[in-house]
Amino acid sequence: MTDALVQVTGLKKTFDLSRPLINRILDRSGRQVVHAVDGVDFAIPRGQTLSLVGESGCGKSTVAKLLMGLTAPSGGSIRFDGVELAGRPAGSPPETRRRMQMIFQDPYASLNPRWRVARIIGEPMKSYGTHPDPADRRREVDRLLEFVGLSAADGEKFPHEFSGGQRQRISIARAISTKPEFLVCDEPTSALDVSVQAQILNLMRELQRELGLTYLFISHDLAVVNYISDMIGVMYLGRLVELAPAEEIFARPQHPYTRLLLDTIPDIGMKNRDIDRPAGEVPNPITPPLGCHFHPRCPHADARCRSEAPQFLPQGAAQVRCHAVAEGRLSPEPLRKAG
Amino acid sequence: MALLTVENLTVTFPSRHGSTNAIENVTIHVEPGEILGMVGESGAGKSMTGAAIIGLLEPPGHISSGEIRLEGERIDNLPPAAMRRIRGRRIGAIFQDPLTSLNPVLTVGDQLIETIRAHLPLTKEAARERAIDWLRRVGIPAPEKRIDTYPHQYSGGMRQRVVIALALCAEPRLIIADEPTTALDVSVQAQIIALLRRLARETGAAVVLVTHDMGVIAETADRVAVMYAGRIVEVGPVAEVLTHPRHPYTAGLMASIPRIGPRPEILPQIEGAMPRPASRPAGCAFAPRCPYRIDRCIAERPALRGTGAAQVSCHLAEEIPV
Repeated sequence: MTDALVQVTGLKKTFDLSRPLINRILDRSGRQVVHAVDGVDFAIPRGQTLSLVGESGCGKSTVAKLLMGLTAPSGGSIRFDGVELAGRPAGSPPETRRRMQMIFQDPYASLNPRWRVARIIGEPMKSYGTHPDPADRRREVDRLLEFVGLSAADGEKFPHEFSGGQRQRISIARAISTKPEFLVCDEPTSALDVSVQAQILNLMRELQRELGLTYLFISHDLAVVNYISDMIGVMYLGRLVELAPAEEIFARPQHPYTRLLLDTIPDIGMKNRDIDRPAGEVPNPITPPLGCHFHPRCPHADARCRSEAPQFLPQGAAQVRCHAVAEGRLSPEPLRKAG
Repeated sequence: MALLTVENLTVTFPSRHGSTNAIENVTIHVEPGEILGMVGESGAGKSMTGAAIIGLLEPPGHISSGEIRLEGERIDNLPPAAMRRIRGRRIGAIFQDPLTSLNPVLTVGDQLIETIRAHLPLTKEAARERAIDWLRRVGIPAPEKRIDTYPHQYSGGMRQRVVIALALCAEPRLIIADEPTTALDVSVQAQIIALLRRLARETGAAVVLVTHDMGVIAETADRVAVMYAGRIVEVGPVAEVLTHPRHPYTAGLMASIPRIGPRPEILPQIEGAMPRPASRPAGCAFAPRCPYRIDRCIAERPALRGTGAAQVSCHLAEEIPV
C-alpha cells in the first residue's frame, strides 16, 4: 500500500435535496440529504486497475467525479502521489490535473461535434503547455491517432464521421495526450456493441502495459470488470461492501450482495435457467435502510444487521462490510457457476 | 401452424440519394408458446423487424416486399385502423424504457383499465378486477392499493412489470419485447426475464424478444435469430447456435463476450465495424471483417440454408471449424 498512486480515505459526498426554507417551515419538514458516497476507502497501486461495480445509484460514478475534481467532496481525503486534493476551493494544481485524465461513457456526447479530431486531441496538450508549438503538436496528434488504431488522416475529420468504437478511440487518444499516469474510465464500453467492446478493452490493456497507466474503472458489468481489473470494489448505496483482488471476488465472493450480483448475471452457458430469482430492488438512496443498507434483501440478516451498520473489516485477502461474515455465520463459498 | 410467419421481409427507406434497405429478406416463424430471440448489434435491423411486425415503422420507411402473417392472416397490408385493433388485442408490445412507455398523468389502474376495455367487452368493475389480477400476476405487492398510484411512485423494475401487465392484459397471442431489460439493473433484469418466461408459458403466447444481450437470449429464448447488417445470418435452437455457432460472425461475437472465470490475455475481437445500410458490400456483408473470407464471399451473397438444426448464411458453413 506504500506505493499507492491514489489513496482515498473516508470519502464522502452528500447532495442537499431539501425544499426551500420557507416550504420547510410551513410543512415543518427537515432537511433532506442524500449520501451519494458515504465513507469510501481504497488505494490503487501504481500501474494497477481498481474497478468499482454496483447498480445504478450506488455512487460509483460520483466517486469518479470526486477523484477528477469535477465535484467537491463533503468529507474525507483524496491523495494523488502524496498530494492532498480534497478541500481545495480552487481545485487541484494544474500539474496534478495533467497527470489524471478521464474517459467518459458516451462517445457521442463527449466529443465536440464542431471540432476536427486533430483539434479535439490537441486541445489538452495546448492548455497544459506540453506541446506549445503547433507543428510539433500536430505530429504528436498523428502519432496518438495511429497509436489508438486510427490513421493520421483521420485528424482532419469531424466526430460524426466515426462509429461509436472509433469515437471511443478518439476519447482515449485525447485522454492520453497529456501523458497522464492515472485514467478514470466511467463505463467506457457500455455504450458500445460487444464486438467493439472487446476492441476497446484490449486497447486499454495494451495502453496500460505500454505506458504504465493506473486505472480507476467504473462499470456495472462484472464480466467486463473480470477482464480488466487487479482489484474490485463492490458498492451498494454509497458504501463499499467488498474490496478484494479480482480473482478472489470471483472465486470466493463473501458479501451477500456480491454473491447476488454474480448469481444474477445472465449466463451464456444457459446454466441457470428457471432458477429462483432473488427478489427486491435497490432502495431509494434518500431513505436508505437503517443498519446494514443491504439487510432488506439479505437472506442472512438478523437483528444486529437491522440496527447497526457493519464496519469494513479485513477478511482474508478481502475487506468486507458484513456482520454475518465477521461473525463467521457466513463462510466463503465457491461460486456456483464458476468456470 | 406457426403463430407468426414473416416471409422475405424487406423494409426500405427512400431518400434523395436513392433508397436503402434497412432489413432484407428476413424470414422467421414463431410457434405458440415459443420465445424467439432476435439478437444483433445496433443497426443490425432487429428492432426494425419488430417494428414492421407491429406495424409501427417510422415513415418514410415501409415494407417494400415480403409478407407477415399472424395466425395465417396477412397483417402487413392492413389499413391503419384495422392494424390498431390488432395491436394490443392480438399483438402486445413491451419497449425498452418503462418510464416513457407509461402515461405519467394517469394512474397505473386507469391505464390498465383503459387498455382492457378497449379490447375486451368488460364493465369498468370487471376490468378493474382484471387489472388487479394482472398486477398480482406480474409480481406487484399489494396490487389493490398500488393500482391507484402513478408510474413515478414505482421503481424501474416495478414499472417494467406494469408495462408487461399492460402488454398482456388483453391476452394477445404474440408479444414483441424490444430490449425489455436493457434499462434495468442486473439483479432486476434477472427477475424480469424469469417473469417473461413464466407468463409466456402460462398464456401460451409467442414472444419475439429483441435484444443485444446474448446472456438474456441464453436464459430466455428457445430459438435465436442472429442479425447482421439487415439480414439473418444464423437461426436455430438457442443451445445449438450459442454453443456451436456455424457463422463466423456468431462465433466471433460469442468469443468476444467477456465472461466470469479464467480471463484470457487478449479478448478475441472482430476487427472493424458493421457497415452502415447505405454502404453494405455486394457480397456477404460480413466478408470485410471475416477471417475465413474467400473470393466467392465478396462476389456472391450467401443464402440462408440448413446445416443440421440451424440455418446459416455462409458459403463456408460446413468447412469452418466449430
